[in-house]
Amino acid sequence: MSEWIYVALFIAVGLIIPIGAIAAGFILGPKKPNPIKEATYECGVEPVGEAWIQFKPQYYIFALVFLVFDVEAVFLFPWAVKLGQLGLYAVVEGIIFVSILIIGLVYTWRKGMLEWL
Amino acid sequence: MSFWNDPLKVAADWLEGVFMGWGMDSVFAHVLVAFLGVFLLIALLMVLDIFLVWIERKVVARFQDRLGPNRVGPYGLIQPFADIIKLIIKEDTTPGNADKVVYNLAPILSMMSVLILWAIVPLAPVMLGTDLNVGVLFLIAAGAIGTLSIIMAGWSSNNKFALIGGFRQVAVMVSFEVPMLTMLLIPVIFSGSMNMNAIIQDQDIWYFLISPLGALIFLIAAIAELGRAPFDLAEGESELVSGFNIEYSGMKFGMFYAGELLHAFTFGGFWSILFFGGYRFFGLEQVSPFLAILILIIKAMLGYWVIMWVKYTMMRIRIDQMLSFNWKFLTPLSFVLLLVTALMNALLASAPTWLYIVGMILANVVTGWAALEIARSATRQERERVEGPKQAAEVSH
Repeated sequence: MSEWIYVALFIAVGLIIPIGAIAAGFILGPKKPNPIKEATYECGVEPVGEAWIQFKPQYYIFALVFLVFDVEAVFLFPWAVKLGQLGLYAVVEGIIFVSILIIGLVYTWRKGMLEWL
Repeated sequence: MSFWNDPLKVAADWLEGVFMGWGMDSVFAHVLVAFLGVFLLIALLMVLDIFLVWIERKVVARFQDRLGPNRVGPYGLIQPFADIIKLIIKEDTTPGNADKVVYNLAPILSMMSVLILWAIVPLAPVMLGTDLNVGVLFLIAAGAIGTLSIIMAGWSSNNKFALIGGFRQVAVMVSFEVPMLTMLLIPVIFSGSMNMNAIIQDQDIWYFLISPLGALIFLIAAIAELGRAPFDLAEGESELVSGFNIEYSGMKFGMFYAGELLHAFTFGGFWSILFFGGYRFFGLEQVSPFLAILILIIKAMLGYWVIMWVKYTMMRIRIDQMLSFNWKFLTPLSFVLLLVTALMNALLASAPTWLYIVGMILANVVTGWAALEIARSATRQERERVEGPKQAAEVSH
């Protein structure tokens, strides 16, 4: 458990240093805001319409496909760690497991979900 | 135990003794010493980061047949300090209609996600932040914070370019995480451990020699995770101006920029740890931890140089090409390579070393060659499908 104290320390120091650098910039830099300076950048012309809009659903579909493979990693890491001791039997099981995932990928592919429309 | 053999422990014990001499609790003194050690490491990393700016500019200049910074100080070495002073005394503007809290948090998280990666980097056999037994998983988890910081920056800026850039970057990172995860499994299979130090200790033969294709796929996925060319569509200057960090100025922009450079160097380091033996170099690491650190930094710099080499040689690809390349080529290939490696590893478990190496290299070469052949024939069919009607139309004219 004591190992995780070091991780907590790294997170703490990793937060302190950028906060310190940004604070130094905030203290030393000039602060003269005006509405034109604070306007949203859009190639130098007046911004048109909203920026917080509905985004392309394709991003969502790719995120869903990714989720399947990310969850699978949870099962594959213990398999990989103990593979040397389990021998050929575990390898065959791994091949079956990954084959099911690849069938899923092929299904997504055939359904046309991997095309960028 | 002398200072020369284990400097970290000697210094820590001495400091702890000093603190306890002041009447401190032993647990508190231990944590305080650890805190000072972490602070020292991260401060040194930030100094290194400053010089990475100079290295990057000098190397890109050489690739483009220029001289690079050469006016401020010898070989322009003082140039990055001038840049930092400029960044600090610049006005820090915040867009009026931005989501202020998220906007200010994004650059901090971006830098932090890189710095915490160094918690698991073994600098020398006896010098490491922490010996996590799930080091490989930690590497992925820290990468997810980097993705989060980019989507935060893109969304909170309330700018169309930033939003598109942020989404693109997340699509790239999310997609290439799959081959990266799969390739991280290969060193785990060979070493039987997820601990970075155990992976290095197990590399009597560099894993690059028994899994060259795995090292290559890991590098490609790492470049995509870093958002560098040819996968830098999140900040495509010609279309999105600067992408997710478009509204940032002053030191907040500096944090994104420095974070990106340090991230590239860190991944050069992880590439060398996972596939090139980390701090090991023909037993030289046993001489002194200082020599081991030097070996690791040289290897990490070489990895970083390869990443820069790719960046300044390749052109940017479109997002549909990038996603097709990942999901239709790299992901299936990485899964097949994983299974082939696991199978060969089990079959050749009792074989002599030379046969093991030859068998592994052969398996990698055959897998890579077959993948390229399949991709080539699929591309040819696709081209015939697309160009077929057009040629027929030209004939009829």
